[in-house]
Amino acid sequence: MACEMENDQTEEMDIEVLSSMWPEDVGTQADNQFNVEKPAGDSDTLKEVDIAEKRTMADLKRLPELMNTTDQGSSQLTNLVKQWEYMQDHAVKLLREELKILTKQREEAEAKELKIIEEHNFESQEPENVPVLDDTSHLFRRFKHKKRDALVGSKRVEIDEEFDTVQYWKQKAFSLEKMLEASTERERRLIEKLNESLKTMESHSAPVEELTQNLKRAEGFLHFILQNAPIVMGHQDKDLRYLFIYNKFPTLREQDILGKTDVEIFHGGGVKESEDFKREVLEKGKASKREITFETELFGSKTFLIYVEPVYNKAREKIGINYMGMEVTDQVRKREKMAKLREDNAVRKAMESELNKTIHITEETMRAKQMLATMSHEIRSPSSGVVGMAEILSTTKLDKEQRQLLNVMISSGDLVLQLINDILDLSKVESGVMRLEATKFRPREVVKHVLQTAAASLKKDLTLEGNITDEVPIEVVGDVLRIRQILTNLISNAIKFTHEGKVGIKLKVISVPSFASGMELNADAEEQNGLTETETSVWIRCDVYDTGIGIPGKALPCLFKKYMQASADHARKYGGTGLGLAICKQLVELMGGQLTVTSQVNAGSTFTFILPYKVATSDDHSDDQDFSDMVDHHQPEPDDTTEGYFQFKPLLGSIYSNGGPVIGNNSFLPHKVMLTSPLKRINGFVSDTSNNTAQSETTQVENNGYIDETRLETCSGPCPSKETESCSSSQASSEGGALEMESELTVSSRREEEETETTKPKILLVEDNKINIMVAKSMMKQLGYTFDIANNGVEAMTAIKGTSYDLVLMDVCMPVLDGLKATRLIRSYEESGNWDAAIEAGVDIKISENEQACVHSTNRLPIIAMTANTLAESSEECYANGMDSFISKPVTLQKLKECLRRYLH
Amino acid sequence: MLGLGVDRLQADINRLLTSLFHQGVLDEQFLQLQQLQDETSPTFVYDVINIYFDESEKLLRSLRLLLMDREFSDYKKIGLHLNQLVGSSSSIGARRVRNVCVAFRSASELNNRPGCLRGLEVVEHEYHYLKNMMHELFQLEQQRLLAAGVRYPM
Repeated sequence: MACEMENDQTEEMDIEVLSSMWPEDVGTQADNQFNVEKPAGDSDTLKEVDIAEKRTMADLKRLPELMNTTDQGSSQLTNLVKQWEYMQDHAVKLLREELKILTKQREEAEAKELKIIEEHNFESQEPENVPVLDDTSHLFRRFKHKKRDALVGSKRVEIDEEFDTVQYWKQKAFSLEKMLEASTERERRLIEKLNESLKTMESHSAPVEELTQNLKRAEGFLHFILQNAPIVMGHQDKDLRYLFIYNKFPTLREQDILGKTDVEIFHGGGVKESEDFKREVLEKGKASKREITFETELFGSKTFLIYVEPVYNKAREKIGINYMGMEVTDQVRKREKMAKLREDNAVRKAMESELNKTIHITEETMRAKQMLATMSHEIRSPSSGVVGMAEILSTTKLDKEQRQLLNVMISSGDLVLQLINDILDLSKVESGVMRLEATKFRPREVVKHVLQTAAASLKKDLTLEGNITDEVPIEVVGDVLRIRQILTNLISNAIKFTHEGKVGIKLKVISVPSFASGMELNADAEEQNGLTETETSVWIRCDVYDTGIGIPGKALPCLFKKYMQASADHARKYGGTGLGLAICKQLVELMGGQLTVTSQVNAGSTFTFILPYKVATSDDHSDDQDFSDMVDHHQPEPDDTTEGYFQFKPLLGSIYSNGGPVIGNNSFLPHKVMLTSPLKRINGFVSDTSNNTAQSETTQVENNGYIDETRLETCSGPCPSKETESCSSSQASSEGGALEMESELTVSSRREEEETETTKPKILLVEDNKINIMVAKSMMKQLGYTFDIANNGVEAMTAIKGTSYDLVLMDVCMPVLDGLKATRLIRSYEESGNWDAAIEAGVDIKISENEQACVHSTNRLPIIAMTANTLAESSEECYANGMDSFISKPVTLQKLKECLRRYLH
Repeated sequence: MLGLGVDRLQADINRLLTSLFHQGVLDEQFLQLQQLQDETSPTFVYDVINIYFDESEKLLRSLRLLLMDREFSDYKKIGLHLNQLVGSSSSIGARRVRNVCVAFRSASELNNRPGCLRGLEVVEHEYHYLKNMMHELFQLEQQRLLAAGVRYPM
């Protein structure tokens, strides 16, 4: 803190330095503090290092004083002394060991000598004083031993001569002299050695010198380690004035620091804190660490880890503190960054788990929806089986009660099917599978048909009205089926909740609504509705209003939610699935529009939807002129296309009488006639027509309903080629007056037959599959048409060349020449008037002169594809190849009828 | 044979049909077929189904021959045959046969011979099942007609 290191070498270091501080108990063990007892090699390396001492700054006078007065200082000195003593001890030990060896040698030599003497004595048989007493002799012998031991020089003398002769004594004297000499020599050598030892002892250096050297080495080592370390060390006295500082901030001079306190030296954040910390340590007398961030003018913002310990003198009185600071700015920064990262991480993890949960829920929902759709689909097949069976049953002979029961059964089945279709529709819209088809249609007709249909099944005293303003175009382009579905839904909803008054539809053109303005037309919707930018578009607002019970305001928000009805009471009272409005809303939005509702309790509700449409160019005729034969005959309307107002009143009887044939609207399944009283009228009508037509086609066999086995056999035999069966209808005649059981399908076909008999249209069926031909033929027969058959595209072209047809039903997938190609060639013929394109394409067409000259009607020949793929893509392909419409396979009576109605009239 | 079993027979027929619908052997198209049958062609369903079986038998035989040929590679022809089969099956409402045919056809489009062989087997199996069921149905129908035909002089 007080100082700043010159080089921040920690910049690049990644190690966490904080924990590598010395353990607490270090310092009491003097041996560990500085390992001064280094081998020579080590001290050499230290010597080689040039230690720059310039940065050290110490109050040299005070330092020794400090050393002498404090515990730490004296223990340091004691340590050094101890070491020196230990070394001396070591030297003494070595000397002693040497002495011991020498002594041992000498003892060995003496022992040898003694042995020799003993031997000698024994040999010489020197007379011994015979002891008088055992004890004394013993003593004597012991003494002798002792004497011998003591006598160093006395050695056994080997004498060859006879004992006690002159020679003997001479020799003995001589040898003794020699031994004496050797002994003297030894003595001299020992003295020499002793002197030598003494000398080496003397040559050993004085302890002070040694201590100085050690101190110097320690100091050098410290410098070596500390010179570049980011560490500041200092000692401060009781008043926290600096007495010693190491590694001070380079611009500060010695006199700027020594004798001053932190507060006097620095200014800025953290200084006061560190001062207080030091004081606290001093007061408590306990060493501690703290991290302090300084904000000074001198060195900016830096964080130091500060270690402060109190210093005591020998009397255990506090005399100041030792202080050590380490710069840890980077570490702190890193640590903070780390903490932040961890925090971020935690937050992110939490978010992730949240998202996962959401995804999981969404997936579950999707799965549930999928399951619902699958289940609905699975339920649909068997329930259509049930309904179908019930319908078949209804064609059999039943009494009145049975018929009523059956009617209930069929209508319930219809309801189930309707519900399932709703669910499937909804899941189709939601999953984006549903695609919209752009077709031309007349809004007035659509409104009228919807109202007509509703009126047909109306059981209440309500007025249904339609009001279309003049500026609404006669023809527009949009997905008529869906729009009709929406209208039907809304109307039936309105009727359901209205008990008196009126229900109506109002159409008018509006300017571009606010939700769509700015983008002119929603691009998606545009595409889906088949609109392109260049074509003029129009926004039409459609209000479906009623004078019913109304919807309370609080129920409005959840009105368009699935399975929701305004209240549980209503649900019980009025029934229904609660899916209708949800589907309507989704459909409207899918088409780029908006569905809203306003309502007043007990006064009525108005559902409004706004949709964009493309304006159809008026020159080609509408392809939505179906149902035109169903125009109410009781209310003659001169011009259907421009009529702006319709009204349907429940004239009960009269409505029902023509309500029967109102079928074909996709929102009603074909078995709608279930009211018993008006049915009779229909039946009366029906039986008339059937009598007429049956006579024209079949030979009635009045065999009184009897049927025998042989007849059955002839009938069941394969006789497919006979188009008009000659065999009689056993059932019709056998049932006699039970014609009222005729299914409604046949009712309408009869009517049609009647109508179309005058101008029988020519139809060509192009189909290669025998079964399909057969089925189609039977259907056509029921509808009252006949047709020619071509087995492939080439045959079809040959046929078209020869005859002028009103309609062609063309299978797409055929051998030789498929339907698409054939259509293309036919269209090119229509345009150019010759078959060149076909001939170019390698189609072999026999052209005779008169045929070439034959003038065909220049009208475009309606060609309807029959395709196995119901997907929108393949229908686009059909249109692209010049086909006018398509029927998806398998062909049903319903589809065929609708198609024929549209193109033949 | 005394005309007393009409109701029972009709119930049996209905039950059989319902179970066929339920199993997915037949679909709504079969109802269409039945609706087409009227007094002018009282055996229409029977006739159509018979022709269907005749035609299909031929097609299946041809398919088997094609596939059994070791060096065959005419997947296109197989595709054509299958188109026929799919078309007529869907026309009479033989849903399961149609579905397995579609699978077979996609195998043939991929020139997948083992797939084709398997497909053929499945198609044949479904076809025979359908044939048996139809046979049963027609027998019941015949009996019902016979029973319904019984009249007692008043």
